[in-house]
Amino acid sequence: MAIQSPSLDIAGTAPLGAALTPVSRGYWQSVRRRLGRDPVTLICGAVLLLIVTSAVFAPLLGLADPYKTSMIRRLYPLGSPNFLLGTDELGRDMFSRLIYGGRLSLFMGVTPVACALLIGGSLGIAAGFSGGWVNMMIMRIMDVFYAFPSVLLAISLSGAMGAGAENTLLALTLVFIPPICRVSESVTTQVRGFDFVDAARASGAGALTIVRVHVLGNVLGPILVYATSLISVAIILAAGLSFLGLGVKPPEPEWGLMLNTLRQAIYVNPVLAALPGVMIFITSICFNLMSDGLRAAMDVKA
Amino acid sequence: MLLYALRRLIYLVPVAFGVSLLVFALVHLAPGDPISAIVPPDAPQEVVDKLKEYYGFDKPLPVQYLRWLAVTLTGDFGTSIGTGRPVATEVASAFGNTIILAISATTLAFSLAIFLGTAAAYAKTRIVDRLVTLISLVGVSVPHFWLAIVLVIIFSVELGMLPPMGLGPENATGWRLDWPHIQHMILPTIALSVIPLGVMTRTVRATIKDILNAEFVTALQAKGMNDRQILFHVLKNAAPTCLAVMGLQAGNLIGGSILIETVFAWPGTGFLLNSAIFRRDLPILQGTTLVLAFFFMMLNLTVDVIQTMVDPRIKRG
Repeated sequence: MAIQSPSLDIAGTAPLGAALTPVSRGYWQSVRRRLGRDPVTLICGAVLLLIVTSAVFAPLLGLADPYKTSMIRRLYPLGSPNFLLGTDELGRDMFSRLIYGGRLSLFMGVTPVACALLIGGSLGIAAGFSGGWVNMMIMRIMDVFYAFPSVLLAISLSGAMGAGAENTLLALTLVFIPPICRVSESVTTQVRGFDFVDAARASGAGALTIVRVHVLGNVLGPILVYATSLISVAIILAAGLSFLGLGVKPPEPEWGLMLNTLRQAIYVNPVLAALPGVMIFITSICFNLMSDGLRAAMDVKA
Repeated sequence: MLLYALRRLIYLVPVAFGVSLLVFALVHLAPGDPISAIVPPDAPQEVVDKLKEYYGFDKPLPVQYLRWLAVTLTGDFGTSIGTGRPVATEVASAFGNTIILAISATTLAFSLAIFLGTAAAYAKTRIVDRLVTLISLVGVSVPHFWLAIVLVIIFSVELGMLPPMGLGPENATGWRLDWPHIQHMILPTIALSVIPLGVMTRTVRATIKDILNAEFVTALQAKGMNDRQILFHVLKNAAPTCLAVMGLQAGNLIGGSILIETVFAWPGTGFLLNSAIFRRDLPILQGTTLVLAFFFMMLNLTVDVIQTMVDPRIKRG
């Protein structure tokens, strides 16, 4: 540890400088209390909850069929009778498609981060806790993925594998493993240096026990906070891939894909053509603000 | 210093090896075998075999990799399946266009971010700080390809002020520094700069705020320096951290330009990559990815070295 102040954090990527204090008993209560006093985070949470629940329960909301096309009522403007947000280029109800679109868009954003959290987190904790050549092997492999700008990696991978939701999920998971692994490795390395780990080892605990009982509780917070901050990136990236025609295939409602197919309508009905992007924007801004709020409440410096 | 740069360069060799493996693997991730992409499905088997032999796809994978690596290292990236022209030529001209756009976008983003971030850190009133924080939040949250469409809607469709797509006026061959070409650059530049603007504003603000709390600032104030003189010291101290993030952002911007180039039909690497994907032009896909990754690695290396030059506190083994 050469340099301590966060302002002198020379690690290159910002989240690496996470400063840690051992978790005390009342930690989660105080986190909850601090969250309760943070209106911005609460409002964002509420908006997200609304978007997520309406997407999940979309079939129960009595919405118009999001797949039903009509050649007569194409590109109705916003506020048309029976079509609150108008109709798309094939005459499908926009409001219904935007709600239904949340299902795939959210799923495609959250799943890769969750998978990457599982894989990258385990790899990072393993690397940080074992140190030595295990650490070197894992981190050098991660360096290879770091040699690509993330968007390029996602597009090249899913471009090579071909369009389709599964390939996009796979490509995005691969993109998010390295950053999560790096953060996990760096926080685990810090925790490993604490006295209580030495004490546990001295009392004869095995490596797995130490990780499970002493390390996990102390590293999970920062890793989770970092992972939530990736969700908004993932949602935008997944939508971007669909926008390029690499992700979800038509006629599935998905925000990125809708932006793509509605591009032909920008001269006819520009507001309508921009609507799916508004949904992506709102969702991603809420995820960002929530992760900021969580970070503040959990007292993780990153 | 030179030694440090050299050591970093040597360290890159195994990473570059891994990168080449990954890029090579791209072709084999493709469904079916790579030949099926170029021949019609009803092609006779002997033609397919001939082609396989010609491209070397009949050899075992490690042999294929070594052959590909040897050829690639000489600067020969193969031939585009779509156009029949050498991949290197296609990628080189596209790369130039991407760099032009990237330079203008980074210039805009970084200068604005330094200004806004510093202003926010110094702000006496909460409102300025809040406003700048909001700008950076929007910057990191907005889907930039959507912003590109919105810009086209506002400035091209509604106002008719700026051209919606292309590198320059019709039948223009390459980029030139004149007004029509600059007009075509304005919208892509703005769309491309939002993400780095958001991230950098955040970084600059946080870094300067931290430094303003440092003891040496109080010492300088006690010495009787005015704010402007102190600002120089503060910026000097903030430079290394900001530089590191800038390097990363500049690299990511090149990746992000894939989407923007597609919206604006800007003939850069992203546009090339995207059309290659849909023509199943795997040599172009490989070549573009390799060149961009290589550029990204070199950029990071350069930033790293510059950082150690400006910050004497960094001593790395």
